[in-house]
Amino acid sequence: MSVTDTVAEPSAPSKASGTAGLQTSGVTLRGVTKRFGDFTAVADLDLDVRPGEFFSMLGPSGSGKTTVLRMIAGFEPVTEGSISLGGADVTALAPFDRDVNTVFQDYALFPHLSIADNVAYGLKVRKVAKAERARAVQRALEQVRLSSVAERLPHQLSGGQRQRIALARALVLKPKVLLLDEPLGALDKQLREEMQVELKQIQREVGITFIFVTHDQEEALTLSDRVAVFNNGKVEQVGSPVEVYEQPATEFVAGFLGVSNLVGPEHASRIAGIDRLISIRPERVRLLPADAQLASDEAGVAATVVETVYTGANTRTIVETAEGLRLIASRQNDHRPGLSAGAQRGDRVVAAWTRDHASVVP
Amino acid sequence: MLRLSRGAKIGLGAIVAVVLIFMYTPLALVVMNSFNAARIASWPIKNVSLEWWGVAFTSQPIRDALWNSVVVASGATLIAMLLGTLVAFALQRYSFFGKETVNLLVILPIALPGIVTGVALSNTYNSILEPMGIHLGYFGMIVAHATFCIVMVFNNVLARLRRMSPNLQEASMDLGAGLWQTFRLVTFPQFRTAFIAGALLAFALSFDEVVVTIFTAPPGVDTLPLWIMNQMGRPNQASVVNVVATVVILASLIPVWLSQRLSRAEEGR
Repeated sequence: MSVTDTVAEPSAPSKASGTAGLQTSGVTLRGVTKRFGDFTAVADLDLDVRPGEFFSMLGPSGSGKTTVLRMIAGFEPVTEGSISLGGADVTALAPFDRDVNTVFQDYALFPHLSIADNVAYGLKVRKVAKAERARAVQRALEQVRLSSVAERLPHQLSGGQRQRIALARALVLKPKVLLLDEPLGALDKQLREEMQVELKQIQREVGITFIFVTHDQEEALTLSDRVAVFNNGKVEQVGSPVEVYEQPATEFVAGFLGVSNLVGPEHASRIAGIDRLISIRPERVRLLPADAQLASDEAGVAATVVETVYTGANTRTIVETAEGLRLIASRQNDHRPGLSAGAQRGDRVVAAWTRDHASVVP
Repeated sequence: MLRLSRGAKIGLGAIVAVVLIFMYTPLALVVMNSFNAARIASWPIKNVSLEWWGVAFTSQPIRDALWNSVVVASGATLIAMLLGTLVAFALQRYSFFGKETVNLLVILPIALPGIVTGVALSNTYNSILEPMGIHLGYFGMIVAHATFCIVMVFNNVLARLRRMSPNLQEASMDLGAGLWQTFRLVTFPQFRTAFIAGALLAFALSFDEVVVTIFTAPPGVDTLPLWIMNQMGRPNQASVVNVVATVVILASLIPVWLSQRLSRAEEGR
């Protein structure tokens, strides 16, 4: 993990096309440790964020992801280690001397300033001329499609609008890296999904690095080029959404990203002939009739249906083997089920999956 | 909200009316009697006149006392604004050993009997500082008033800071503002109204304070309330006293009213 190739890498992955000339950079953390008294929030962390990518830091609360973000922003001094931005060491710099900007979870709009003045704030303290400032603010508000609210005060805006203003206020400064601290956390589900699409679009347009903190695995998978999964102050795995979902590197990752059936070595060796911990996603588990024959590329085990849960788009069925192994099978309701269709409690079935679909957890 | 029966509403309304009448009728009498032409306060007022107002305004001792009151209240308020705000910031932003104790000690002077504060300060000034060659005099009186004025600013500012998102300052610095710019453009505007409201209360509190003043005023120096007290033994001065008392009422009422309006405007946002 000591390679620094990512910092100097000139071509940003995929998204940055069409934004030539725009300044962005990667972020490199080396041996970063943060202790609060006796508590170690972040332990000896190495991380490489590539220029122009949408990078998510995913983990449960208290896993250290927000602390890492705050250290990159400069709000928290690091206890040990170094942080560099585009190759330049910024470890000792104050927040106002770093070319990064933050979108806060509660948006942190200045309540006494109009929306236009909020967006203009960073330009004003940088002593940008008034006319130029007004043009930049106008452009930034257009970018988030909120030109009409320029003269209002923050408390007169809805949560989604405030979120976009917070984004505009940070982007107007053309930072090299944008840090986002659970920016969608306070929005309701529907609005959150709309904002996810919008956030992704904006990131594509501006082409700068986004570092996004979230505890919502679906959000991280939806938005990111790469995801770092945090647990207990350490990174468990870094990879593309497909990698972290399909090949979880640890038991924690398998369990945190979606639901997973974790089958311990003793069961796995009996069922699949692998003496290791394996992980199978519920949507890959099929329930076959008790007398079904398994194909050679399939593994399966006889089980009894314990519970079926209808969740609208899917039906989840929980089964248990005679040895006490519980498995979850999820099936998409891709045709309208009869009111009492599907497996019933007490039914004898075979829970089966294609061997390739089970991944070994190292 | 709790719903009250008609009878309960009338009953409670009557209690409020009686209490308010009991509290404010005597004050109203003082104000009205200041326009009474008679030398001795008498009821009903037979002749309305501005005579005693004229007497009061041309009296040098009263003008001196008014000046002293304004200077002392202003000085004490300035000290309170500075120290009250600083201690509010210290207690709200930082945690340190003895934090709760400091909080208590700052608030305590407002609860202590004025006579205790007065005697304690007077003893300190006269028996300790004076022999050491430190002569506080007039400034000693201002400091004495500041001890309880600080609480007003402190409480107001602290309450406001507690409601303020700590992210605002981080956001400001994140956007490139330094410490001083952040204070000037973001932090101060957030607690400005609470700060001014607290200062107005402090001014009113100092302006009508008498007990601490008795013990700490240098010889021959009167504030308005002190002047009134000294006249109590001279009944033929009663009408001038009514005029001065009216001025003191106004000087206390106006700042408190303004302070309330400010706080309410803030809440409305």
